[in-house]
Amino acid sequence: MNMSLTNIPSPAQMVPIETSPGYWTSVGRRLARDKVALLVGGIILALVLLALLGQYLTLGDPYGTSMFKRLRPIGTEGFPLGSDELGRDMLSRLMLGARLSLFMGITPVILAFFIGSAVGIFAGYAGGLANALIMRTVDIFYAFPSVLLAIALSGALGAGIDNALLSLTLVFVPQIARVAESVTTQVRSRDYIEAARASGASAFTIIRTQVLGNVLGPIFVFATGLISVCMILASGLSFLGLGVRPPEPEWGLMLNTLRTAIYTQPWVAALPGLMIFMTSISFNILADRLRAAMAIRS
Amino acid sequence: MNALVTPDLGGPAQPLLKVSSLVKHFPVKGPLGKKAVVRAVDNISFTVQKGETLGVVGESGCGKSTTARVLMQLITQDRGELIFDAAEVNSHQLPLRDFRRQVQMVFQDSYSSLNPRLTIEQSIAFGPRVHGLSPAVALARARELLAKVGLEPVRFAGRYPHELSGGQRQRVNIARALALEPRLVVLDEAVSALDKSVEAQVLNLLLDLKKSLDLTYVFISHDLHVVRYMSDRILVMYLGEVVEIGPAEALFTRAAHPYTRALLSSMPSMDPAQRTLASPLTGDPPSPIDPPSGCRFHTRCPHAEAACRISKPLLFPTGEHHEAACLMSIPSSGHSRSPRGDQSMRHTP
Amino acid sequence: MNLHVPQPIVSVRDLSVHFHSASKIISAVNGVSLTVARGESVALIGESGSGKSVTLRSLMRLHPEKTTAIKGRIEIDGADVMTMSSSTLSAFRGSVTSMIFQEPLLAFDPVYTVGEQIIESVRRHCRLSRKDARAVALEALRSVRIPSPEQRLEAYPHEMSGGMRQRAMIALALACKPRLLLADEPTTALDATVQIQILLLLRELQREMGLSIIFVTHDIGAAVEIADRVAVMYGGRIVEEAPLATLLANPCHPYTVALLSSRPEGGLSKGSRLETIPGSPPDLSRLPEGCAFAARCKYASEACKKSFPGRVAVSPEHYVSCHRFPESA
Repeated sequence: MNMSLTNIPSPAQMVPIETSPGYWTSVGRRLARDKVALLVGGIILALVLLALLGQYLTLGDPYGTSMFKRLRPIGTEGFPLGSDELGRDMLSRLMLGARLSLFMGITPVILAFFIGSAVGIFAGYAGGLANALIMRTVDIFYAFPSVLLAIALSGALGAGIDNALLSLTLVFVPQIARVAESVTTQVRSRDYIEAARASGASAFTIIRTQVLGNVLGPIFVFATGLISVCMILASGLSFLGLGVRPPEPEWGLMLNTLRTAIYTQPWVAALPGLMIFMTSISFNILADRLRAAMAIRS
Repeated sequence: MNALVTPDLGGPAQPLLKVSSLVKHFPVKGPLGKKAVVRAVDNISFTVQKGETLGVVGESGCGKSTTARVLMQLITQDRGELIFDAAEVNSHQLPLRDFRRQVQMVFQDSYSSLNPRLTIEQSIAFGPRVHGLSPAVALARARELLAKVGLEPVRFAGRYPHELSGGQRQRVNIARALALEPRLVVLDEAVSALDKSVEAQVLNLLLDLKKSLDLTYVFISHDLHVVRYMSDRILVMYLGEVVEIGPAEALFTRAAHPYTRALLSSMPSMDPAQRTLASPLTGDPPSPIDPPSGCRFHTRCPHAEAACRISKPLLFPTGEHHEAACLMSIPSSGHSRSPRGDQSMRHTP
Repeated sequence: MNLHVPQPIVSVRDLSVHFHSASKIISAVNGVSLTVARGESVALIGESGSGKSVTLRSLMRLHPEKTTAIKGRIEIDGADVMTMSSSTLSAFRGSVTSMIFQEPLLAFDPVYTVGEQIIESVRRHCRLSRKDARAVALEALRSVRIPSPEQRLEAYPHEMSGGMRQRAMIALALACKPRLLLADEPTTALDATVQIQILLLLRELQREMGLSIIFVTHDIGAAVEIADRVAVMYGGRIVEEAPLATLLANPCHPYTVALLSSRPEGGLSKGSRLETIPGSPPDLSRLPEGCAFAARCKYASEACKKSFPGRVAVSPEHYVSCHRFPESA
């Protein structure tokens, strides 16, 4: 039976082959040529650095209150960006606030990315009854507006960072699971999956080697787009007193406490909102450019 | 290295694959939301001899692709059994995993059948790795196979599918199918999407590989020229049933079923002086949901009579190794043109 | 071109079509000249990437203007297509010339019935009342031999079978009695028994309506059933052009010869090898200087790599572009 394939060269004899850049290399090259993507990428990188190193860079005291130096305008000596309603240095608080705000914005999305992808890919690959059961359960959560769901869950679990993270994760799992399910269902119908099944591979092997590489990209793009939503929701939770608690600096919470000063120092009061806006729009644009870069012929 | 090879069990006379009473229906939502079934494959039986090429022809909806997928056990049949070299498929005699090593498939869409994120050699090496070969050995085999299908390993092994032309991709798919050293290869419209000049190259390659690797083919196509060129025997399907089966030449020169004859005369003539003047059939094939009663071809058959609407003809010998399911070939079948011999009624051989 | 022949329906001179994408320029058509007489049917034959479909679509200027550079002259029924304004162009599409495609589902909108779409098209192009347009639509469906056309007017595209949809698309295309029909592989996706019906239908309609047809296909068999004249395309150029019978009996260009002999046709005994053309079709973003077929041609010489051969008449109405047929001869 075995005709001529027995004569296989030993691995040591193998000659180097010509290779092409892989998919992700091409995506990377495209992004590197995209000026807008580089710009927002730079902003996000700066924010992340700020979050990691903010505590060493701050000049003023983010916690020190003073009844005499309340609500100073932008440009006051010692308060380059003014001071808040308790007389704390805004610049220091905004810099330090990046840490909690980014953490609250990104962590739930990462957690939801793993859980949602796992659920969605399993449902998409299994199909049939398993798919119907999983996806209808997901749909129940999906039916609630995310803001309401986040508030309801946080409220039920109680205030605090941990509970806010948990409730935000739960908000995003169904959304990511739905996207994961739909791309997996699409990939599932391709002939190369049939071919892999025909070679006798187990479902786990097929998902690992044939499915993941084709579905993680689109899910990742979707998740990147969710970061901005998550930041805003997290800020909202803190604003309502359900997330970060004072005196920790966090942009949403700062926005809340400064709202009383909106008539006396509108610029100072608007600063945390501006940070939230800038960060979330950067993530949004990045997700958009990433999607464009990934639309290479595939 | 012989880890993947399976010995020939029953000897050359033993059919490699025996398909009996295969049925596959798909539930669909019919008009007005009613539940309906597509009778994609409705009680078909045939054998594939060792070393032959069995051609399968028919129009869309005749069930040839469903048959291919059932042969590969990518979908399970509702009824009927597959006997592969005397062992029942998907039983303790021949577990699915062992069966799949011996039967492989080449799909029509060369692009969709290759994973866009894997290099060519990774795609080919996938099967051998699943069956326990080490990555290095599997890759070495992949390159060996690339050379065998006429693609220089150095140039092609590290490429991605979108960098190859349709013909090159189909060669890769053939290499992938051969990577497990199968004995039976199911070619489902494997050359249909290729340009004519490339199609000829791939057909030649398939013939060379068959000879050098001692393969058996089930060759599915809607192109009668190609099927005739490739096949030893041909099976004609219509609406989920086998209407005729026989040696390729006999089928082309002495077609017994009116549907086969219609298919043959639908082929463009290639002679401008003898253009086709009237089309042999009118209308489209009926839907496999709720197919016609009796002989399923009676709605389009020029010779249809009352008897054809009532009784379903079974395959009946019309020549050596040649059978057709038509009342006109079955003695005393009730059709005015049925042969009146003193032969006893024999519906199934 | 004979001068006593009335003005041709189509006259294309030196057409070139280049697509610009981010990273490269695809030279899909590189100097095509083609004349189609009134009532004549011409088949453009070629493989994928030969430029046959692009040529056809250019005749109606269907390519996106932003990314396409079209050069050359296109005259259809005496009108210069290249200089038409967009409103003239849309009046011209459908009334003077119309097109049928491989996939009828792309020509029809799934949310409207077939009847509504034909009626809408008739009203737009022929400026008829709704009632008259309906009568025209009904007549169009009848003319393509659709059984019980009144009921079919109310059917949605997905409710029809493949062959029926193809007929409905032909009815849509011919409802306004155009003089030129552009057919882009209209029978490729069909089953053999349906394909021959559509080919015969097109042939009958051509005769009845005095229609000119340009029929793009990769299948010589289909061309034999329908064409008066055949133009073989390769690498965005017409390499050979002749009346059908002449081309089949006496193919001159090596590509045409190879194409005709690579078909696994009846006469070939089993086991004999098919003649093949080595290699694969050229990359249109990197076309060679000379003849695009040179790399695959067994007769290729140095001259073939340097310059593209001129068009030579080997017999009346039989033209070939190949260095084996020098221009002086």
